[in-house]
This record gives sequence, C-alpha cells and structure tokens, in this order.
Amino acid sequence: MRTSLVSMLSVVTLASLAVAGCAPSEEDSADQIKVWSHAGGGKEELAVVQGIVDDYNASQDEVTVVLESFPQSSYNDAVVAAAASGDLPCVVDMDGPIVPNWAWADYIQPLDLPTDLTDSLLPSTVGRYQDEIYAVGAFDAALTINARRSALVDNGIRIPTLDEPWTLDEFDAALVTLSADERFEYPIDLGVWDANEWWSYAYSPMLQSFGGDLVDRETYLSADGVLNGPEGLAFAEWFQSVFERGLASRTPTADGQDFPQGNVAMVYGGSWKALDSAETFGDDAIILPVPDFGSGPVIGGGSWQQGVSTTCANPEAANDYLEFSLQDKYIVEFADAVGVIPATDTAAQQTEYFAEGGLLAELPEFSRQFALVRPETPGYAVISTSFGKAMQDLVAGADPQATLDQAVKDIDANIKSNDGYGF
Amino acid sequence: MSAQSSLDRAPGQERGTGTATSGATRERRHRRDRQGLVGLAMVSPAVLLFTLFLLVPVGLTVVLSFTNARLISPNPPRFLGLENFVRAFVDDPTFIRSLINTFVFAAVVVPVQSALGLALAVLVNTGVRGVTAFRTMIFMPVVTSMVVVSILWSFLYKDDGLINSALSMVTGGADVTIAWLQEPGTALPAIILLSVWQAVGFHMIIWLSGLQTIDPALYEAADLDGAGGWKKFRYVTWPGLRAIRIFVLVTITIAALGLFVQVDVMTQGGPLDSTTSLVYHAVRRGYREQDMGYGAAISLIFFVLVLAISLFQRYLTREKD
Repeated sequence: MRTSLVSMLSVVTLASLAVAGCAPSEEDSADQIKVWSHAGGGKEELAVVQGIVDDYNASQDEVTVVLESFPQSSYNDAVVAAAASGDLPCVVDMDGPIVPNWAWADYIQPLDLPTDLTDSLLPSTVGRYQDEIYAVGAFDAALTINARRSALVDNGIRIPTLDEPWTLDEFDAALVTLSADERFEYPIDLGVWDANEWWSYAYSPMLQSFGGDLVDRETYLSADGVLNGPEGLAFAEWFQSVFERGLASRTPTADGQDFPQGNVAMVYGGSWKALDSAETFGDDAIILPVPDFGSGPVIGGGSWQQGVSTTCANPEAANDYLEFSLQDKYIVEFADAVGVIPATDTAAQQTEYFAEGGLLAELPEFSRQFALVRPETPGYAVISTSFGKAMQDLVAGADPQATLDQAVKDIDANIKSNDGYGF
Repeated sequence: MSAQSSLDRAPGQERGTGTATSGATRERRHRRDRQGLVGLAMVSPAVLLFTLFLLVPVGLTVVLSFTNARLISPNPPRFLGLENFVRAFVDDPTFIRSLINTFVFAAVVVPVQSALGLALAVLVNTGVRGVTAFRTMIFMPVVTSMVVVSILWSFLYKDDGLINSALSMVTGGADVTIAWLQEPGTALPAIILLSVWQAVGFHMIIWLSGLQTIDPALYEAADLDGAGGWKKFRYVTWPGLRAIRIFVLVTITIAALGLFVQVDVMTQGGPLDSTTSLVYHAVRRGYREQDMGYGAAISLIFFVLVLAISLFQRYLTREKD
C-alpha cells in the first residue's frame, strides 16, 4: 500500500515537472518589447548594445526594452527556430543577406523610419526587399588584405591604393614573388579555414570582380551564364591555381592566426581583424584594398542589421527604439569598441580609427565604393550553400566547369521549386 | 482475508466454492489491476515524451516528404507525390555519394570497431596489474564530446600536424605532408580512424561484461582438455558471447549509419563529396537550405534503410532452433 502511494506521488511529481518545463516564456506586450542580439559572448559589442537599451529605458517610460543575447554561431539557428514557432521578439537582429528571405516569408515588416535617417546610412547597411526597407544597421564590415609593409617593400612590390588597386596580373605576380621570400611559409592566407557563410561572403566578391555573379540580378531567376559563364570559369580556374601553385595553404590556422604569427605575408580577411594586426605589428601592418580582377574591386557588404517582426505587439515603440539606437554617438561606440565601419559619415569623423588620419580611415570609402551586397533574394540561403560548396570543391581540386555547373543546377532547381521566390 | 494467505494456497489445490475463495481471487485480480495501473502511470511520462519527440516527428517526416514544404515560406506546401524521392536518386549526385559513403563507413567501422573492442576486452580481462588504468584510458574518449574529439583530430590531421610529424619520425625523416582531410582519398579513412578511436572504449566495456559472465569453470575444463589460447577462445569464449555479439553488432551498425558530427565539424561533406553522409546531407538540404520536404524525404529513405539493415541483421543472428 505504502509502496504504491510513494510510487504514485513520484510519478505525479515527475509529470508536473515535465509540464512546468513547458511553461511559456515572457510574452511581448504593449509596454515591453524584447530585443535579440547576436553579440552574446562578444563583450565589447554586447556592452554597447546593453548601453543603448539602458539609455532608451531611462529616456522614456512608456515601454521597457529587454535585451536577450545569443552566441553568434548559433544565433541564426535560434532565430529560425523561433520564427518557425511564431515566437520572434519585437526587434530582431539579422545578418544582412537573410533580410529578403524573412521579408518574403512575412516574418519582418517594413520599417517606419525618417527618410533623412535612412538616407544618411551607408547603402549596404540598409536591408531592402522589393523597394521597401526592412532592416537597418549601425555598422558594416569590409574585406581587405592586411599585409606586412616590410614584406612588400623588401620584395619591390608596389603598394596599392584605393585609386590604384592591384590588377589581377600584379596581384598574381606579387604572390609569386612573395613565395620566394624565406621568411614566410605562404605568401597569403586566403581564409579557407572558416566555415559556412564566410565562403559566400568572402569569395563571391572575387567572382564579381572577375565579371561573374551569383545570380542574374536582372531577374533573380537563374544563375546560368553568370556563375558558370566565361568570367566565372576564369575566376574558378585562377582561384584553384593559387592553391595548386602553393601560393596559399589549403589548411591555414584557424581564426586567421597565420598572419599575426608571422607565417604569411598577407591575409585576405575581414576589416574587423585590422585592429588586431595593428596591435601585433604596429607600423609594419598596412591595410590594402582588394585587387581589381577585371571589373573593378568588389567587397562584400551588409553586416548585422535590425528589423521589426510582424508579430510585434508595439511596432511604433520598436521603430522608435531603432531610431534611438542609430544616433551617431552609438555608431561611434560600436566603431571604437569593435572596429566595424560606422554607418554614417558624421559618426565616422568622431571615431578613434575612422576619422581623418585614423588607422582605418580608408575603410568607409572602400565600403562606399566597392561594396556589393549579396543578392537580395529569399533564395540566398541556397545560393550561399551551393556557392560555398563549389568553392570548397575547387580548393580540393575539382574540375572548375563541372563544379560551377552543378552549383548552377542546384540554385536554379531551388528557385524553380519555390516558384521564383516572388520575382 | 489477507493477501498473504491466498498466496500460500498451493497451486492445484482444490478451490472450494463460497465467498471466502472468490474473495481471494477478486483480491488477487484487484491487486493485479492496481499494479497494472501503477505501472501505466510510471511509464506515462516516458510514453508522452516518446510520442511527442519521436513518434510525432517521424509521422510528420513521412507526411512532409511528399510535399515541397519549406522551413520559412509564405507559400503553403504543395503535394508533390514521389517527386522528392525521384529527385534524390536521379538529380542529386551528392545524395548518391552520401549513400555510398555512409555504407562504406558502416562496412568498415562495424567489423573493425567490434573486433578491436573484443581484442581490447580480452586483453583487459587478463587482469594484469594496472589494467584498471588502461580500461579508464580506453574509455575516456567515449565520454568526450564528439565535437571536441573532431576538433582535436582536425588539428592532428593538418599538414604540419602531429600525425604527419609522427609518420615523418617513423619513416626516418621522410617529408610527410599529407593533407588528410583535404584529399578526397584520405578524408573518409581519416574520419573512420577517429570514429573508431572514440567509440571503441564503449564496446570494449560491453564485450568485457560479456566475457566476465562466462563461467571460469569452462576455462578450467578446457585447460584440463589441453586446449591452447585460440581453441579456448573459439570453443569457450566465442559461443559464450552470443547475446553480446548481437547487441554490439546492432548498436555499432545503427550508430555508424548515423554519421554526422565528424562530417559537420571537420569537412562539411567535402572534399569533393568524399565524406558526406546521409544524415549530413539531410541536415544540409532540409535545414540549412530550408528545403524541409526534400530533407524529410532523405530522412525517410535513411529510416527505411536502417530498418532494413537492422531487420536483416536480426534475421542473420536469430536463434536457430
């Protein structure tokens, strides 16, 4: 008798614990809006975001803003899961290229911000889809080549400038010259240690500089001819040859550490690494623009941006918060803390690194002149993975034309099965 | 009438009529029912979770695989019939490669890992001094997260990593710089090696438990008959491990077919599709590319395959009367 009573009690306790675990989390309401940030774990960036939230709460008392942060690498997965279950916060952080996908899926709504604000932002920090603005960001990032000045000077290589970047031939010749330099294992670290979105972000600009593209931007309905056309093939063959000729390692050290460790003379990477390089090498570190492979230098554009979800209970407050967060002083804070490019010129002048004569002063101009946002289509997720896989196969030695053709096939099939994604 | 006394009644003893006896039967039945109820209550949380997290998703997978459902889409899913399955086999070379790679992986890992586990178990069972330390060391990789193991081994496999250095040393200074994970020919064997290394400890422990249930008297009898080491293994140990054998075989096969973590962390399916596995392909297509219907179709194919292989294995190892 006693045994069965005890067992009944334990069963009931377990069952109620299980149910308690399913309790719904705090909901957005008219006077509380949730903001999600990808900056979890990034101390400096998260501190800036928290500061904005605290300041906004102190500046008015109609709504309270609550910040939730996630580690960046799992952020997108968390957001997709929340979106699928209709549980998105009012203000949601998004990586630029995902904005069209979510706008198409009706997860975010068009923003309601003053035009003079959105006009003052760097074009690549504004997320558009079908001519509506869905997201805005306080910063952008650029792709650059960080190099050792001494390596270039000692080998008689011309140092490129914004107005006169390296051509393909110059760049290639520079790499070959540097490969003879005993001080370095490889002339350049092309960054192939990274995973996922990096492959599309970093190498599609090179493809575009050669004259190809990820998808036909007139129609957004096919990649045939632009990805696997003659320019695309030229890019693929050149890219593969860099590894085959031993000019770059197929297995560089993770996190781009080959450059600070002195194993390579140059590294192709994000501008967010520039500050670290300056710290390690002082004056010997220089920032070079990317080469012009034939159709002008191109770098990626579009970093983290924020939008308002369609399920938000108080979109006016959310838009108000966004406008507040885009004040110059906060853009300056981001730029100073993390080394990302400020979204407005006025803010740039007030920052430590981006003002005239500052360490990173040229980067906003790089971004303005060379940045090409990744294709603004809901199908970008598949374009990105297909292109990324093609690039990885090229590094591994696959046949360039066949690899590009397969990528085109996958992309086109996906666009077709989604009825053109609304184009 | 207490429960005790009705139990004490010997079986076959004639049951008299009357309220006393039927009271005993009723009491027995009542207790059986209550026990059944308690049992049901105890199992209900597990059944609930099992239904919610296993049966419902499997059901959904079956349904979704016949549609073009997407993870995020304003368009409602359309019924596609068998189109996803046709696409997998006809239009998707990566899927075919995943199929082949998964089978190759299982075909190598199952015999190698079970044999190695058995060998280690036999060694550990000899009871030499310090054997507990060895047992712990062999088992430690099992409790380490596969993600951590994969990351560590990807460092070992670099072209200037430990494996190449060790090979250089062993071959007397030859310059060994094989990029293990970047060459299509060596990537899958490299992953097989680390997978076996990580999991062999677990199966060693299982074999060990089987070995230790074999009656030592049988070994003594074999010694008396003058049997040597190999004969003892073949006629005493091996038959005694019958039940364990089946368990190890089935669990290794199912685990091997579910290859995912190593591929995702180390090679992302490359180089040139030489390491993609069925689960990895399903995750890439279904989740990363948001093509849920197609991912569900791949998962369903995987499920059917694993089921078929498991049933076949059960058939092969059935009790032959």
